[in-house]
Amino acid sequence: MRGQDRPGLKKIRAPLAGALLGGLLVFACGAIYAQNAPQIVPRVTGAAAPMGDVPAPPLARPVIDDKRLMRNYPEQPPIIPHSIDNYQLTVKTNRCLDCHRRQFTEGSGAPMISVTHFMDRNGQVLADVTPRRYFCTACHVQQTDAQPLVPTTFEDMLVVGSGKK
Amino acid sequence: MKRLKEWLIWFWRIASRPSTHLSLGVLALGGFICGVMFWGAFNTALEITNTEKFCTSCHEMRSNVFEELQHTPHFSNRSGVRASCPDCHVPHNWTDKIARKMQASKEVWGKIFGTIDTRQKFLNHRLELAKHEWARLKANDSLECRNCHSSVAMDFTKQTRRAADIHGKFLVTGEKTCIDCHKGIAHELPDMTGVEPGWREPPELRQRQSQREDPRAELVRYLQSTAVGATAPGRP
Repeated sequence: MRGQDRPGLKKIRAPLAGALLGGLLVFACGAIYAQNAPQIVPRVTGAAAPMGDVPAPPLARPVIDDKRLMRNYPEQPPIIPHSIDNYQLTVKTNRCLDCHRRQFTEGSGAPMISVTHFMDRNGQVLADVTPRRYFCTACHVQQTDAQPLVPTTFEDMLVVGSGKK
Repeated sequence: MKRLKEWLIWFWRIASRPSTHLSLGVLALGGFICGVMFWGAFNTALEITNTEKFCTSCHEMRSNVFEELQHTPHFSNRSGVRASCPDCHVPHNWTDKIARKMQASKEVWGKIFGTIDTRQKFLNHRLELAKHEWARLKANDSLECRNCHSSVAMDFTKQTRRAADIHGKFLVTGEKTCIDCHKGIAHELPDMTGVEPGWREPPELRQRQSQREDPRAELVRYLQSTAVGATAPGRP
């Protein structure tokens, strides 16, 4: 038999097979890993190069029709139906309250800030706007003619509750 | 005083004597040329102090008010018309301009002694400084605004309905002037506590509980006028 002819080979056959098998296993594992390796996906926002320039779309125009819109849900802060460009809203001055503060609504004809804005966090009603409600744009926002980036599937809860579609 | 009088008399003696060496031509022509040169120099110097570059050569102006101006519509806007410092803060009319320049000597004093040489000092003085400008513009019926914005040339149909209504009510009637409502259009505002907006109704029209002077004194007077109050005065 050939094996008997070369006894040296017979001696190393088992380790050789083991090494081959091991190599195959490592290769297979590597191939599987390469298939599922975490790839560097392109960034969703910002420039591909971290500090690169991004083309900026033109600024959307604010909606200034002065129309009070229905709220989409009862707790929604009413939106601002006029332009608020260059309004100064700082600790020192609040341009919004120059019209919407209770004392000034008669002269300005603007809707008064609601009574919830007078309550501090303990439900205590203060004489004037409470500090936690002072910065109007934390909740109230202006609308623009920009198209939404992601379509919404929001439905009015009355519609959902009644089963009507 | 006596010395001054003597000096004046001495000066008058020389000035009233006819010239013995210079001819009338030299005096007249020389005087004319010197006058032209003096006036030219004076006016040039005046115009130099009336530029944005001059105003912002002091760090007090450059790093406070000029910095703030740069993100307002008076600095950059869609039609590219820019109002710089003297357009709003110095009257264009010559006599008024000279008067303002003389007042500005106090600003030189402030610069020398560093009245507002830090941001904090400037902020501390901001209300006072703003009040000066408001008073000045109120007194001249917002003349510097009206150098560019005229109420006659305003097309109310191009304004938003709200703006047109308010302009029709206050501006056209002359009831208010620009600065009454348009404060802080080119710079940040100071602490506005107690500064009421221009559209607030005048005090005599405010018939509200909260506007009464002293409700407690009123109550005491009322109690004293009634029988109960009259029989037991001073009771808590």
